[in-house]
Order: sequence, then C-alpha cells, then structure tokens
Amino acid sequence: MTATRPARQRVALDVDDLYGIDELLTPDERLVRNTVRAFLGDRALPAIAEHFEQGTFPRELVGGLAELGLLGMHLHGYGCAGASAVAYGVACEELEACDSGLRSFVSVQGSLAMSAIHFFGSEAQKERFLPELAAGRAIGCFALTEPDAGSDPAVMRTRARRDDGDWVINGTKMWITNGSIADVAVVWAATDEGIRAFLVERSARDFSTRDIHDKLSLRASVTSELAFDSVRVSDEARLPEATSLGAALACLNEARYGIAWGAMGAARSCFDTALAYSRERHAFGKPIAAFQMTQQKLVDMATAIVQGRLMAHRLGTLKDAGGLHPVQVSVAKRANVRAALDVARTSRTILGANGLTLQYPVSRHMANLETVLTYEGTEEVHTLIVGRALTGLDAFS
Amino acid sequence: MKVVVCVKQIPDPNTPGQLDPSTHYLKRDGVEVVLDPGDEFGVEAGLQLVEKHGGEVTVVSMGPERGLDAVRKALAMGAHKGVLITDDQLRGSDALTTARVLAAAIGREGFDVVIAATESTDGYTGVVPQAIAELLDVPAVTFATSLEYDGSLLHVRRQTEAGHDLVEAPLPAVVSVTAGVNEPRYPSLKGIMGAKTKPMDRFNLVDLGLEGAGAASAGETIVAVAAAPQRAAGEIVKDEGDAAKRIADFLAAKKVI
Repeated sequence: MTATRPARQRVALDVDDLYGIDELLTPDERLVRNTVRAFLGDRALPAIAEHFEQGTFPRELVGGLAELGLLGMHLHGYGCAGASAVAYGVACEELEACDSGLRSFVSVQGSLAMSAIHFFGSEAQKERFLPELAAGRAIGCFALTEPDAGSDPAVMRTRARRDDGDWVINGTKMWITNGSIADVAVVWAATDEGIRAFLVERSARDFSTRDIHDKLSLRASVTSELAFDSVRVSDEARLPEATSLGAALACLNEARYGIAWGAMGAARSCFDTALAYSRERHAFGKPIAAFQMTQQKLVDMATAIVQGRLMAHRLGTLKDAGGLHPVQVSVAKRANVRAALDVARTSRTILGANGLTLQYPVSRHMANLETVLTYEGTEEVHTLIVGRALTGLDAFS
Repeated sequence: MKVVVCVKQIPDPNTPGQLDPSTHYLKRDGVEVVLDPGDEFGVEAGLQLVEKHGGEVTVVSMGPERGLDAVRKALAMGAHKGVLITDDQLRGSDALTTARVLAAAIGREGFDVVIAATESTDGYTGVVPQAIAELLDVPAVTFATSLEYDGSLLHVRRQTEAGHDLVEAPLPAVVSVTAGVNEPRYPSLKGIMGAKTKPMDRFNLVDLGLEGAGAASAGETIVAVAAAPQRAAGEIVKDEGDAAKRIADFLAAKKVI
C-alpha cells in the first residue's frame, strides 16, 4: 500500500511564531494573552526599568492585575476566575516578558498564598481571605525558606508550640517575596505534631519584617525577612488540612508550573530585543545580523524558545487534563529557566555594552533569571528530583 | 436602553498592512486580526451608557467568520449579545454596502442608540456611521468626544476643526465616537470566560433580505492605488536671537495663530 502524497502547498511562515504555537491556544487563551500584554504594555512596561533601578515594587499595578482577574486566576470560587492552567501559563509568560518581579508577585499571591488557603484552609479561612486576595485588597506571602533552610526545608527552625489552646510561633523566615507588604503570611513551622502552616496577619503582635535591599536581582519585587518573636495565634489560624511538608511542596509545585511558562516570556523579550538590535546595528559595513556568528546565536535562541514554549504548553494541557506529575514540573522548570538564562546572556552579547544598561530589558531579565534559577527549587534540586525518578536512586542523601 | 455598537475585525495595525495587487483589497489572510482599536471606544461608550441607564449592549459586526474574535472581545469587555453577518458575497463590499448590511441587522435588532467609531483603522472611509443613520432614518451625531444621556436627550460634544460643538439629539440616534472619548476597559478573565455563554446570532444576506449586496453591486471600484507622497522635510529654525519671532511669524502666515 502506498501513501498518497499530499499536494504540495506553499505554507506561509510566521517568523514571530515559528512553530505556530499560537494555534495551540484557544480563542479565549489568545484573548487572555492579548489582554495581559496590552495591560502591561500600557501600565507596566513604561515604568518597569525605573522600578528596577530604584528597587521599588510597582504597587500601583496590583488593582489592575486584580481587576483583570489574574490573582488566583486558576482557582475556583471565592472570587477567583477559575481559568484553565494554560490560560494561567499564558498570563505568566506575559507577566515575565515584562519583568520576573511582576510574575513573582502574581505567583506568590495566587499559586503560593492563595493556593495554600484554597487547598488546605478551613471554609472560614477561604471565605475570609480568598476574596480579599483575589481582589488585590489584601496581599499574601508564603514563608517557608529560612536563613539556614532552603533546599532542605525539613530542617526548619521556626517552631510553633501549643499554649493554652493557642499557638506560639518563634523563628525567622528569609527571602520571602511580598513579605513586608503582605497583609497575611502563610507561615510554615515545625510542631510536636509535624510541620504545620499558620495564617499570620500583619497586625499580629511581635511579628516584624525587614526588607532585603542589597539585591541585584528581582529589584522590582519586595523580598523580606520575617521575624516571629513568640507570636501568638489561635488554632483557627492554622490551615487544618496542611499536615506535613508535602502540603508546602504542593503549593510550590503550582508556582513552579507558572515559572516554566514565565521564563519563556523573559527569553522572548530578550530575543526580540536582540533580533531587532542586530538588524539595526552596523559593523564593518553591514548589519551585525548579517554575520554568521550572530545568526547562529539568533537561531539557537529562537529554537530554544520554541522548545521551551512547546514544553510549557504540553505541561499546561497535562495539568488541565488533571494528570500532572511533580517530576514533569521539575523537568520544565529546570529546562526553561536554564534556557531563558542562556538566551538572556546570548542576547546581551549581541547588544554589546548597550545590553548592560536599563535602556534595554536584557540585563534586567538576566539578573532576574538568576533568582528564578534558584528559587522555587534550585536547578540542582530539580535535577535530583528528575534523576531520582529516572534511576530509582535517591541522590539527596 | 438598547445600545448597538458596530465593530470590525481588522488586520493588526501594529503590523504593516499589504494590498493584494490584483484586487487592491487589504490582505486579510495569514495576518493577525484584532478588534479595531477604534471600536474599543465605541464598546466602552455603550457599556457606560447601559451601566448608568440600564439596558443592554449588542455588538454587530460584518465580516468573515474570523470576525467572531472581534465580537467575542467586545462580549468579554461586557457587551451582552453579539451579531455576526457573514456571507461570501460580502467579500469586497464598499462602504455603502457595509452600511446597508449593518443597518438591516441593526433595524432587525431594534435600538435606541447606535455607536460606531468615526472610521475604521484599515479602510478609513469614515462614512459608514452616517450612512447607517440615513438608512435607519435617524439623526447622526458624528465625531463625539463625549456623550451623556439625560433621560430624554443625548448630549454630545462634537469635535470640529475649530473646537467643538455641543449637540443634542433625541433617541433613537447614531453616534460616531472618536478615539479618546473614554478609556476602554480591559476584558477581565471572568469576562473572557463568560463571553462564550452569551447569545450570538449569525446572519447571512438571505436572513437579512439583502441578496446580491456584494462586490457585484458595490457602487465603487478601486481602480488604482499609489504610495502616499513622501512628506517634505520641515524647516529647522536655528535660534539666532529671533527664533521665537520667526516661528510666530511662520505660524501666523499659516493662519495657525
């Protein structure tokens, strides 16, 4: 039997979307993408480099992000939009194409703080906090990492002990996105019964925060240290369904999912900048885009972005089908952040010294991606997670 | 209040448009298409009217099936119902044919106010709103930079070359709005997700009783196209102590001041 040869067709090539990935999106998802892109183009992009330089979070955007429905957008009920995982991913890609700090804000608010409450909170906690967080009237943070406990959170020193029906929390949390601007913190602490999570409100006595200013990455985002000096909370502040460290890791998995998409947004921004620059910048009498080495860089970057976006999209369709394994998230988070960082660095070489300034987004993305490489599971930890799955051998200990 | 907003799906104005050399029509295949940005002001104006006075906004669009995306965006912004008129015979319609088709659909729908942009961002003929008003036999108030309804009259600030007129019109009426009449809202996620459950009518020319309205019956033919002339270089005034006077003299000679 011979296969009939299909008629030869002349197919138009869209160089902005080499693999027609847009066609994988539904009209709704494309409208989400276009809307988030337009909003950020109007409201965020003009000022984002200035925020990065000044080390300020563009808090003025929170209301608009909430109005669009981006805060906790993948959650259902309680004022959340209930969007698909792919729609959430598309939004993350646009946010991070603007700045990783913005995507981080949305990730922490929705995927960490709100997801923790949504998955593990009591009905009263959900009703009280989720609508406020979805509307941007309240900001949330997620306090797991400590000065001496990052990749190995099981050794956390923050402790909560029962006292007369209440809980008393002591300890320090570090590198907490949104920390000092948060109205409610999801705080993970060791107890005699195992690891538990508590909702600590900003107004709690003996709870203080200190911002970390001397960072060279995610400068348009708030990063804080949280200190708990015998902070007393009632048992109603405990997330009743969070009964082990696994609960925290489930939330992290949500955020890592968004990063797999977001990183490709940052990569796209760098690549688009480098491509445009290479066509205009002349050296030795011709645009530098006409040099073979520049073309090699551009082609490698475009290919990496196609691969990363396809991986992110497949991850999204798996998630929407309900069949996402944490190892799959690790594969994509690890691969896409590394790819994005490589794209940022390569783009920088095309822009030369100009690429080092805030006139162009490239070095800003590059510096941001250094954070993204190690937060929400370092590249090494994700390697060990995937390695363990492939080999059946645990290299963590 | 029943508000009808005319919308159009056009090739993304951020990417340079191309003309088909044989038909002189704008190439619409294989290019990203969007809701005409000018129409977003019309949708917003309609939404603001019904938010204040009650009622519903219906968006009406004529175009190929892909025009559905434009209607869907308007629905995602908050419009209540969509109407898409699609017919192969409509390919290459001129402005008058477009107005006839839209007027037929709008008349069928019923309306208190019809809102349209002053012109599309692809064809720029700028006559469709007035033609719709004529065909529907209602007043046309054009170039609105603001519009208010006081319960009996529509009050429109109408942009003119010299400034603006304040115009009143009884309903029903057609209003064309300029860019900047308001700040169009972004569609929210909930709006986007809810859009597909909103009522959506599709009509062809037979449904509207308008057979034969296409290019064959178009009253105009594009016989030739030419590139816009290059703008001459401006005059640079170097300040030698008298620059302000020279600029003022120049503006006075041009009757600008």
